[in-house]
Amino acid sequence: MSADPFKMRTPLRRVRGLGVSGSGTEHFWLQRMTALSNIALILFFVVFLVAMHDEPYAVVREAFRNPIIGLLVALVPVSFSIHMRLGMEIVIEDYVHSTWKLPLRIINTFFAVLIAAASLFAIAKLSFGA
Amino acid sequence: MSDTKSARPLSPHLSIYRFKPTMAMSIVHRVTGVGLYLGTVFFVWWLLAAASGPEAFSYASAFFGSIIGRLFLFVYSWVLLHHMFGGLRHFVWDMGHAITREQSTLAAQATLVASLASTLLLWLIVWIV
Repeated sequence: MSADPFKMRTPLRRVRGLGVSGSGTEHFWLQRMTALSNIALILFFVVFLVAMHDEPYAVVREAFRNPIIGLLVALVPVSFSIHMRLGMEIVIEDYVHSTWKLPLRIINTFFAVLIAAASLFAIAKLSFGA
Repeated sequence: MSDTKSARPLSPHLSIYRFKPTMAMSIVHRVTGVGLYLGTVFFVWWLLAAASGPEAFSYASAFFGSIIGRLFLFVYSWVLLHHMFGGLRHFVWDMGHAITREQSTLAAQATLVASLASTLLLWLIVWIV
């Protein structure tokens, strides 16, 4: 047998190209994709907030009844939470090497899901509720 | 990750490097990212307050309309815009541009200028509207 370490890899592993992480460039690519969508969505949301600031409750409530506003505001936490979960994962992996690493990664995912779910619940209630 | 300590030499850490704009913007990009992460709690609070009814919404409005609330929103908007411009800088790098020392330093400085200028412009608009 050859001493070449690359011979240890099966052709299937090489073709899949997923490397040691098992997920290849997925983390990098999803971070970039959500960065792109974040730019458009956050700019929309900032404009929306500027328009809504100091407006009475009824006006804000009425704005969410507009399906385009409801849909765009709903996309904000979806894109945001995926992006921030990936970012925090990198931060945890860089600085936490103790037994806390796994619990923190789990908490990170739960937090991102909670933020997204709570936002979507509120937006759905605002858009469809009486 | 193993906790075993070895006598192997460590790579130089932060304290060994001279302060550079690119380094500062790299750190700020990460810090602003963490800040935005934690700040989403306020985003959810505002939405849930609006969904809960006029009374809950009035509490949230009172906070965001107060001096502390406005200061928070001002800082948060800069953090948001700075992270966005930092991200745009990363996109430029991903495309293989502005990698030289001079260009990357210029891009780092431009990121800070753009974020500060756009934040002031945003709040000028808020103040006028």
